[in-house]
Amino acid sequence: MKKVGGRFVMLALVVVFSVVAFLPSYPALFQTLPPWLKRAFPNKGIALGLDLQGGIHLVLEVEEDRAVEIAVDRSVNTIQDLLTDKKITVESVKRTGFAQVTLVFPKGDLKAQIQKILEGIPGFSENAGAGSDSTLVYELPEGEIKRIKDSAINQALETIRNRIDQFGVAEPLIQRQGLKQIVVQLPGIKEPKRAKDLIKETALLEFKMLDDTNRLATELPQRVLKGQEESILKQHQDKIPEGDQILFEKVVEKDSGREYRIPYLVKKRVMLAGDVLSDARVSIGQFNDPYVAVTFDARGAREFERITEENVKKRMAIVLDNTIYSAPVIQERISGGRAQITGSFSTQEANDLAIVLRAGALPAPLRVIQDLTVGPSLGRDSIEKGIHATLLAGAMVVLFMAFYYRLSGVIADFALTLNLICLVGALAALNATLTLPGIAGIILTMGMGVDSNVLIFERIREELRQGKPVRLAVDGGYDKALLTIIDSHVTTLITGLALFLFGTGPIKGFAVTLCLGIAINLFTALVGTKVIFDVMNRRRQVEQLSI
Amino acid sequence: MIEILGKTNIDFMSKRKIAFICSGVLMALGMLALVQIARGAANLGIDFAGGTAVQLKFDQPVRTDEARAALERNNLGGVEIQEFASGNKLLIRMKTTTTIEEKVADRVVAIFTKEFPVRKLDVEASTEIGPTIGHKLQEDALIAILISFAGIILYIAARFEFRFGVAAAVATIHDVLAVLGLFYLLDKEITLLVVTALLTLAGYSLTDTVVVFDRIRENLRVRRRDGLETIVNNSVNQVLSRTIVTSLTVVLVLIPLTLAGGEVLHDFSLALLWGVIVGTYSSIFVASSLLVILPSGAGKLLKQG
Repeated sequence: MKKVGGRFVMLALVVVFSVVAFLPSYPALFQTLPPWLKRAFPNKGIALGLDLQGGIHLVLEVEEDRAVEIAVDRSVNTIQDLLTDKKITVESVKRTGFAQVTLVFPKGDLKAQIQKILEGIPGFSENAGAGSDSTLVYELPEGEIKRIKDSAINQALETIRNRIDQFGVAEPLIQRQGLKQIVVQLPGIKEPKRAKDLIKETALLEFKMLDDTNRLATELPQRVLKGQEESILKQHQDKIPEGDQILFEKVVEKDSGREYRIPYLVKKRVMLAGDVLSDARVSIGQFNDPYVAVTFDARGAREFERITEENVKKRMAIVLDNTIYSAPVIQERISGGRAQITGSFSTQEANDLAIVLRAGALPAPLRVIQDLTVGPSLGRDSIEKGIHATLLAGAMVVLFMAFYYRLSGVIADFALTLNLICLVGALAALNATLTLPGIAGIILTMGMGVDSNVLIFERIREELRQGKPVRLAVDGGYDKALLTIIDSHVTTLITGLALFLFGTGPIKGFAVTLCLGIAINLFTALVGTKVIFDVMNRRRQVEQLSI
Repeated sequence: MIEILGKTNIDFMSKRKIAFICSGVLMALGMLALVQIARGAANLGIDFAGGTAVQLKFDQPVRTDEARAALERNNLGGVEIQEFASGNKLLIRMKTTTTIEEKVADRVVAIFTKEFPVRKLDVEASTEIGPTIGHKLQEDALIAILISFAGIILYIAARFEFRFGVAAAVATIHDVLAVLGLFYLLDKEITLLVVTALLTLAGYSLTDTVVVFDRIRENLRVRRRDGLETIVNNSVNQVLSRTIVTSLTVVLVLIPLTLAGGEVLHDFSLALLWGVIVGTYSSIFVASSLLVILPSGAGKLLKQG
């Protein structure tokens, strides 16, 4: 006689384990437990996918070439500062190619001096062949370019993480994918558009001086309508002096809500950038206008004091992502390391501006290459319909099995229930994310579970038809069906694994439930039901099997 | 004992000529769909082709022609608009993607807010996929399909013999093509989810085939004197009740999913439903029939027996 005790204990353990693993996924019940017990649970349970609870899935790509150009531009600034410090005047220092800086200076002994000063410029190396008596060409080597690109992505990742943290999203997923992509998943978010703007904003804050000395400054129109920026730029293109650029201030008329742009002639040179900020907070001004109060770190405070001292009575533009927020006149030297960014914005816009300033700028613009947004209502709709359909399908199968195979069908139904409990428990133990395709995978596993039982029962029926006694028929049925069941499960498992390895997103979720389901299925079909048949056969010599 | 079928003795193999004609038509249709996909003429979902989809929910019904006219007035042509049966919903799809300056999804919403000021609208979902990522997904899906087919043929060839592997693979490809063909005929969108369904039904159809093959192998060992055709016929008859019962239960599961599973699951379940029906047919008429006509006669298994 076969021992059944051990198998029963095993089944019971599996069920208990599943229930324990699943419990945290069901907050209504889980929250009623005392805290010490809650802490004892090893995992967080099943998370709902974006399709089921709403949210955003973004794939962003860092424009790495821009990151390199920005880094080179910054070096141009540093070179200018270094030369000014040593009282050397050159004709120009410019970025002349993707990763190339060219200095032009009068002929003479300047070349050697400059070369000596620039020895310490990190990363750059001189391209001697491209220079001449009056020019010097510096280039970034391949390795350095690669390093800049790589750190741009890491920095972007870090910045986005900071911003999301400050925005406040429960369980965001922010990770690198491949070489230059970043995946951002924000489940259950209420204001998808605002969150996306917050992530995408480069938020490069720069302080630049206005150029009032050039004639062009007076020729520019007072203000233009939104959308006319391009034509203004085209019109004045040729007159823009070397080292200057035209930038626009955004102005919203309070009463009408109409948007205007004010063009300014601005020196390209960056006086101070956002990386010296230590804090940014929203405050409300005297006319109830929100503004952002920024605090500089020690170095920034020193620099800001020096800049304001040297430029009293001149106008300084506060530029964010190439748009001027305001261009106040510097009244006096500002010490203490504080400044205010005013401009036409709502309280919420000021809030978001403060967030991006605190979190830091992105090293380069981001391109959105995939954007899936599911509103919370659709998510709720999907989960309700999915669950209803699943329950209905389950009920139909359970009834059919009990009707067609009678008592044995009920045993199969028991195995199905066991299957479902184990599968849900296993998903919870793995902290899997349940998506709609995942639910489909669960349903499919149920179908396969039924199939295993059908295979076994049909075999038992065949054995019974040959006149074998019940116990032998049951054993024979299981034995003969075993190979078929294993073969069919392994082939499906191969498909499941291929989906898991090469599928993305929703397909992966489907593959996880399918693979887990298949493994659990084998267990419940071969152990779960058999142990019940064995118990039945042990109690008494069964003459008739209800099958 | 309730039985849908008693002991049957149907001569399936004699009908294989008719079956091959039917299958030929199904496969030809599937091939046509494949060619159209390769040419870019089929209804590929934006997951693969790249593009934008916005699902809007209104508080009052908006007809598709009204919506289309409104979008065209605002220079947004080439859109595909689908109406959902329930809840005043519109799904708007286009192959254009966002430029840096403006998001297409935002533009669609702006147009509707302007053109239908009385109706309140709610963005239920929006999807945007850049063309590069669409291409990558296409590639990934293809790799997944090829790998799983290779794996399956190898496994079956190892467990049975090579002939069985070939027959099973052909039957599986047959089923996938048949469903693809149906989707092409109905002009259904081929999305990532539909590809998942295709792979699932490939697994399912294989299960079905393996069950029949298993019985054939068993019978080949026991009854060596009968001809291959008789053995195949007997085997199919022996597992017929199992085949029918299983297919019936899977169909029982899929019908509520197709009808009540919500818009997302509908196409997925439809593909599986049709796949199960074709898969059941193909395990008998394609896989088993092929075994009979494929060369190497009784083969290795007989000699082993």
